[in-house]
Amino acid sequence: MTGTEWGLAISVFLACAVEAVEALTIVLAVGTTRSWRSTLTGVGVALLVLAVLTAALGPALTALPINALRVVVGGLLLVFGLQWLRKAILRASGLKALHDEHEAYEEEQVAARTAEAVPQGRFDPYSFTVALKGVLLEGLEVVFIVLTFGANQHNVGLAAAAAGVAVLVVVVAGALARAPLARVPENTLKFAVGVMLTSFGMFWGAEGAGAKWPGGDTALLVIIPATLVFSLGLVAALRRRTSIPARSASTEAART
Amino acid sequence: MTRIESFLRFLWEFVIGDEWRIAAGVVVALGLTALVAETMVAAWWILPVAVALLLAGSVWHAARTRS
Repeated sequence: MTGTEWGLAISVFLACAVEAVEALTIVLAVGTTRSWRSTLTGVGVALLVLAVLTAALGPALTALPINALRVVVGGLLLVFGLQWLRKAILRASGLKALHDEHEAYEEEQVAARTAEAVPQGRFDPYSFTVALKGVLLEGLEVVFIVLTFGANQHNVGLAAAAAGVAVLVVVVAGALARAPLARVPENTLKFAVGVMLTSFGMFWGAEGAGAKWPGGDTALLVIIPATLVFSLGLVAALRRRTSIPARSASTEAART
Repeated sequence: MTRIESFLRFLWEFVIGDEWRIAAGVVVALGLTALVAETMVAAWWILPVAVALLLAGSVWHAARTRS
């Protein structure tokens, strides 16, 4: 695999792992509280919809002229990446609450218990709908990343495979733990995904708009570390500004 | 709220998120890159500068309003 393909696979894997952890929390909460059969049916239907979306939109995107594709995809990746990075920076600086999977799990369980009950063994519309909606909404971001990265590299298959491996890893870990994966450093993963999306967005967006990067593809070897260092610098500056006790920004970003 | 309105709201939140200035800044920066790329001047530096300004400005704005 080339360096860009590795970048594609790692970005998709990390983004998908984060979203899968969040979806798993919802599925576990509803499944353990109400009906596993209806919950898993909801998950199955959501996965089917996501797969159909990827299969339908992938070839349509790859058929676009490369420069138009790169400018559109680069722009979308930049908007998405900057949003992820912004939230990750605010969380690492203590200005935004960290996502707590235990808390989310308990909230979902309370909501599931208070919803109208159905007789045991009957189809449970609540479990089905919550699981379907949770997996579909978390999965849409993954489909978007798979399609944009995959179409740009003309390798939607590799992007989809990376996403599939991430889901598999999270599901196996969740099945072994039988609990929400609260120890996964979600903000660190989101930080990394934000850096990758922003870097690839800059690279492809500029190329699509007609600019030439010095060094061609190797410019990514500068863009990615530079984006990371700049973001960590912002975390450090914000922590100083909000007078949070001294601890190196990189350690904190890695810890969260 | 009609289904179309709900869908448009979902689309806005999905793509633009809670900070519309970032999306607007990206569009302007891409347009500027395309314009400069038509000339003899190098245009690759515009997006990195725009990203730095947008990201710093956005987190600084959030920090000011939250503190």
